[in-house]
Amino acid sequence: MNTFPDFFQFDPGIYVEALVRWLTINFQGFFDALTTIIKWVVFNTQDVLTFIPWFLFILLIFLLGWKLKSLKSGLGYAVMITLVGLIGLWDEMIFTLSIVITSVILSIIIGIPIGIYSAYNQRLEGLMKPLLDGMQTMPSFVYLIPAMIFFGLGTVPAVFATIVYSTPPCIRLTSLAIKRVPEEMREAAYAFGSSRWQALIKVELPQAMPTIMAGINQTTMLAMSMVVISSMIGAKGLGENVLIAINRTDIAMGFNSGISIVFLAIIIDRVTQMISQKYEHV
Amino acid sequence: MSKKIEVKNLVKIFGSKPKLALKRLKDGWSKDKILNTTGQTVGVNNASFSVDDGEFFVIMGLSGSGKSTLIRCLNLLNMPTSGEVIVDGEDIVKFDKKQLREFRQKKVAMVFQNFGLFTHRTLLGNVEYGLEIRNIDKDKRQQIALETLESVGLKGWEYKKPTELSGGMQQRVGLARALANDPDILLMDEPFSALDPLIRRDMQVELLEIQSKLKKTIVFITHDINEAFKLGDRVAVMKDGKIVQQGNPEDILNNPSDEYIEDFVKSIDRTKVIQAKNIMRKPNALVSMKDGVRVAIKEMQANDISSVFVVGEKMKLEGIVTIDDCVEAVKNKQSSLKDLLRHDYYKTSEDEYIEHLLENATKSRYPIVVVNDDNRLLGIIVRTSILSGLLPSNSDTETISF
Repeated sequence: MNTFPDFFQFDPGIYVEALVRWLTINFQGFFDALTTIIKWVVFNTQDVLTFIPWFLFILLIFLLGWKLKSLKSGLGYAVMITLVGLIGLWDEMIFTLSIVITSVILSIIIGIPIGIYSAYNQRLEGLMKPLLDGMQTMPSFVYLIPAMIFFGLGTVPAVFATIVYSTPPCIRLTSLAIKRVPEEMREAAYAFGSSRWQALIKVELPQAMPTIMAGINQTTMLAMSMVVISSMIGAKGLGENVLIAINRTDIAMGFNSGISIVFLAIIIDRVTQMISQKYEHV
Repeated sequence: MSKKIEVKNLVKIFGSKPKLALKRLKDGWSKDKILNTTGQTVGVNNASFSVDDGEFFVIMGLSGSGKSTLIRCLNLLNMPTSGEVIVDGEDIVKFDKKQLREFRQKKVAMVFQNFGLFTHRTLLGNVEYGLEIRNIDKDKRQQIALETLESVGLKGWEYKKPTELSGGMQQRVGLARALANDPDILLMDEPFSALDPLIRRDMQVELLEIQSKLKKTIVFITHDINEAFKLGDRVAVMKDGKIVQQGNPEDILNNPSDEYIEDFVKSIDRTKVIQAKNIMRKPNALVSMKDGVRVAIKEMQANDISSVFVVGEKMKLEGIVTIDDCVEAVKNKQSSLKDLLRHDYYKTSEDEYIEHLLENATKSRYPIVVVNDDNRLLGIIVRTSILSGLLPSNSDTETISF
């Protein structure tokens, strides 16, 4: 009596599975194109990052921290990134960073226009809301399965899953920021004869910038955490070492790669946060 | 004067079914009934008025009376549901996108209640915005913006952000931004309501100065009757989306068309609205310089007064003589008025407000004399007419008339 009756069972998962399979078969060209784009961005980013010698990279991190915040921060970040090198995970760190950067760039390219559009279009916003909620609350591992089916194993599905997981805050905060532009300011823009495009570029976006930057910061942090998880489908980098450490119950290796991820995350978080503070004007 | 703006039967309805509400409105339904049955809000209900070129037109009403909606129909920030808005002979409601943008860029500018300044731009960036939109080249627009900022007294602040300024200064930027475009028409939506009283008064004076220099056509919204009457050449009073009365301040003050306006008018400080010309009267007695002392005495006795103004040719004011001086002069066998003239009376222009006359009216022994720029006598004001001018409606003043 207390259990849910068996004959009322319903399995939505099989429909999603059917959809995913149907997409794989019928949209092969689309996924191939996507693969090419993602690969191109990832490997170019990686090339640029590996092209920079390690000492110059440390210097850059130091200067970034110093210029954006303070000498102390600059020194702190430089020490952290040096420690990652000393631990022996420099290459892995660079690879993780290039996946994060790629995912964030693509998330921004997708997220900001959608965010702007949904700020203007209530119907789209109504549709987006549950979708974004779902994207954010669905356990991130779940994305790995269709990503794997669409793109196979390796870096590309990792980037794909990361984008799906980390784009929502970018869309949400962009939309919120545009809607929060004071009505009188918008009216002023139009009252002086601005076109919609001019009002967007000259008034709404600059006004929205601090909040949009906060969204980008969140997106970056989500991307960082997802990149680690996506090592399960063959993404290289720091996450891979964590996975190996789990499989071998190797505490030392687990700690080394874990702490490297923490250092990288701190640096990325602080830097994006400070960039967003530069946009504060109110 | 030519008509600059002509608004005919303007209706603005907010909601998803404006056509239905419009039909109900034409059938004579009330605003509340339409809201309750159809969920549509009537913002402006059949408003018609016109504004002359160079006129200062004030629309006054309480909050929710539709005045802000109405002014936004004049640059189509609100699209009217029906009716015409004719500016320089063209119905702007029929404009396409391009025409509308050009109209907004060149003919009309707006000043907002909470300033509506772009906080991410410097003052210079704010003021040059309208010119930037028109693709005027950078050097030229910056030069215009700098000059305009200077004209509103903000020289030296050009590179500050609006948030660094006080409210009064921010609204100066709002005004400069509107003026930089050199529009024919200024739309001002409660521009001084967010300012404190002292600053508001300064801004009012400054706006009147700007208006007398630039001769813009101004449509000004306010909920403050004192402000409306101080600034407006003509005033329209709005209630529930309708214009219930329009006319010059004096008309509205003395002939309020219904109770609503009467209530409004009661709250006004009449000393700030009524001017010398409204209460002065022709003197009962006047003597000319050519007349002698005896004529003066006769005039005063005939009219039961103790002093009389003396005028020269073409009513030029020469001075005042008193009955005592005249009687003394007769005793001393003097006949000319010239030596008896006194000048310790108070002289004013016909545009002076009573608030500035009150003190002198009580201090001076003589009536206040009103003269024009050529010192010609226009009329006199006795103490009783000031008092009667201060009383609320004209039915009361008639019972105390002298």
